[in-house]
Amino acid sequence: MEVIQSIIQDVNVVKLAGDLDGNTAPNVQAQIMPLAIPNVKMILDMSEVSYMSSAGLRMLLVMYRTIISKSGKVVLVGLSEDIRDTMSMTGFLDFFTYLETLDDGLKTLSS
Amino acid sequence: MERVDAYPTHEYQGFKLRPGKPFPFGATFVPGGVNFSIYSSHATSCTLALFNKGEAQPKIEIPFPDEFRIGDVFAMTVFGLDYENIEYGYRMEGPFDPQQGHRFDPSKILLDPYAKAISGRDVWGKPPNWENIFPHRSLLVFDDFDWDDDRPLEIPMEDLVIYEMHVRSFTRHPSSGVKFPGTFAGIRQKLPYLKELGVNCIELMPIYEFDEFENSRTSPETGETLMNYWGYSTVGFFAPKSGLAATGKLGMQVDELKALVKDLHRNGIEVFLDVVFNHTAEGNENGPYISFKGIDNKTYYMLTPEGYYFNFSGTGNTLNCNNPVVRNIVLDCLRYWASEYHIDGFRFDLASILGRDPLGYPLSNPPLLESLAFDPILAKCKLIAEAWDAGGLYQVGSFPAYGRWAEWNGKYRDGLRRFLKGEPGLAGDIAQRLQGSPDLYASRGPTASINFITCHDGFTLYDLVSYNDKHNEANGEGNRDGANDNDSWNCGWEGPSTDPGINSMRIRQMKNAAAMLLVSQGVPMILMGDEVARTQNGNNNTYCQDNSLNWLDWNLMNSQSELFRFFKNCIKFRLAHPVFRNRWHLSNQDRIGSGYADISWHGTQAWNADWSGSSRLLAFMLNGKHARGGMVEDDDIYMAMNMHWDSQWFELPRLPEGKNWHVFANTSAPSPEDVWETGHEPLLENQNGILLGDRSVVILVGK
Repeated sequence: MEVIQSIIQDVNVVKLAGDLDGNTAPNVQAQIMPLAIPNVKMILDMSEVSYMSSAGLRMLLVMYRTIISKSGKVVLVGLSEDIRDTMSMTGFLDFFTYLETLDDGLKTLSS
Repeated sequence: MERVDAYPTHEYQGFKLRPGKPFPFGATFVPGGVNFSIYSSHATSCTLALFNKGEAQPKIEIPFPDEFRIGDVFAMTVFGLDYENIEYGYRMEGPFDPQQGHRFDPSKILLDPYAKAISGRDVWGKPPNWENIFPHRSLLVFDDFDWDDDRPLEIPMEDLVIYEMHVRSFTRHPSSGVKFPGTFAGIRQKLPYLKELGVNCIELMPIYEFDEFENSRTSPETGETLMNYWGYSTVGFFAPKSGLAATGKLGMQVDELKALVKDLHRNGIEVFLDVVFNHTAEGNENGPYISFKGIDNKTYYMLTPEGYYFNFSGTGNTLNCNNPVVRNIVLDCLRYWASEYHIDGFRFDLASILGRDPLGYPLSNPPLLESLAFDPILAKCKLIAEAWDAGGLYQVGSFPAYGRWAEWNGKYRDGLRRFLKGEPGLAGDIAQRLQGSPDLYASRGPTASINFITCHDGFTLYDLVSYNDKHNEANGEGNRDGANDNDSWNCGWEGPSTDPGINSMRIRQMKNAAAMLLVSQGVPMILMGDEVARTQNGNNNTYCQDNSLNWLDWNLMNSQSELFRFFKNCIKFRLAHPVFRNRWHLSNQDRIGSGYADISWHGTQAWNADWSGSSRLLAFMLNGKHARGGMVEDDDIYMAMNMHWDSQWFELPRLPEGKNWHVFANTSAPSPEDVWETGHEPLLENQNGILLGDRSVVILVGK
């Protein structure tokens, strides 16, 4: 699992690549958490996540709760159809703003 | 502060351990590891078997050291597990002495009775590996679902309209158009339909893990595989059935079901579960070892003095519900579903068994039923009994209720069916049924009565008016299975007909049934698909049919839109009028000085009902000033029912000055004049009387 961070405009863009599961989620969480500073704007780019387990879904929700509690914003982009379906059916998608592309995400967060 | 118990104290073949906590039972995440806890009154030793997901053999078997047992409970914390890829079970050692009730067999690996998710039947109908030494495996589950501010809805019992459905049947048909047919997610996609129909409660037929392949066989008639389709045979009481979840193959069935409940709640719809505590999938002495049989047979099952299984359920074994240990697991289970899944109510299959003592005798004060009635977590849950069992106990009207329990009112079903088909002499019986059966539930009130004309057992509503006899050949039992006393009438031809007269009479009869059900005091229950004339081709026992006999055909929404509209308007009408939804029985008197009794009875002459043995008709008037015991004011309602084959002129009771009769429904009028929108009922031309066509009903609103 790779975590690639960049800053575009004032938005923290975190690109995840690989499988997000019980083995990788704690490490990913440890890398993202320091970015969850007050009023952060964050995009999680999921376009190269091939599989997400229950633990992966939970990590995303923990991130969401942390960022919201610090008046930040987080947007998901690039969800594959499979992962979007899984997130939708298990209720996790209800919490998130999700958009097709990174550009859509940037527009939403900068408006 | 870091906890001391986050560190192991023991080690076994590389696995770090610590003595576990007996509470809670089952597998629970604790800091650094997983706490495994299981009890058995008669086991002499126990071993935890851990598998990597899907592998044939366990990767490790860890015997519980002696010092890890407290009382009859074996408890152990195992550290550093890859919890998403672990399946677990237990081996138990103890006596094998069937005469004494013991059947321990340490060669078997057993499912945790408290398993919160179970693998092995991950995708519905996918043939399993029959050589698997451990076919139903316990999984570890997160119970940290984010409910936001959701909780059970606590809709007052008298305001419920229940819709009984099978998860798979609701959306499995290709016409459903949902992305994941036959699943919890499928129901969620069909929420707009449920909202339009207007029901505010769905009752799900069994969703506890079961084995659809139990007793599966090939139908001699059709060559299809016959399955344990309905699922009235539990494998695990704490686990939702994986094969009913689109995400079951990912092990996410728990979250998928919770997401469904949360979404239903957001839309004002409660969720009841049909729970089967009377027996398990382990059958009798010839059945498989899955869990209880190898953990503590003597405790969990009712056994004859010779050690054989009592069979009050008709399925091979009977859970020993009034043994204190078994009582506790039932209570733990319901508390779990109420608190973790926000379930609003439970319907107990063959509930009379829950009131039998360990030797099968009915108890006058059954501790299990009492515990459930007074439990603090279940305090606002609806508890509904199927108040009979297969051992001959029939308790409709006498089920030990503790002021809490409601019942499936079998007498309502039977009386309404016989009246509907035109049997004479039923006016008195029908008067009781429409009032919420005060003859059965005098002190319990009308909400003790779940009113239904059809349910999953027996004919659908369309089949009730299209078949005189059951046609169960497809079940492969020579048409011997299923009930024979259906009180049905085919309207003149057995099965589908091209005769427009017969077909229009069938539609009318279905509307008559809907109208009577939805004005009755008590709690109405509608069987899935009856609102669109779903048929099972005369099969009144489709427990084994994974096909269009059970699947709801969504094309019926178009072809049966007239019937659907009638149901929908009747549901809205009921929910708009508190006069139908009294918490306590009507008195047949005027106790508030309105000038009218709360309910009055009429016939072809006003104020003169025909209670005779030849009567096939009845009318009544509800006075709106008495609604909810006089707490709210509603319109007056008049309903006339003519189940005679001739038309009848009904004289109408006079309304107070300034009020007039308006027509809400007339089942003999052609659509769309058969039913009106609530609040838009047209004025009745002749305020003195109305002609009812043959076999039809009229509902008027006085306002």
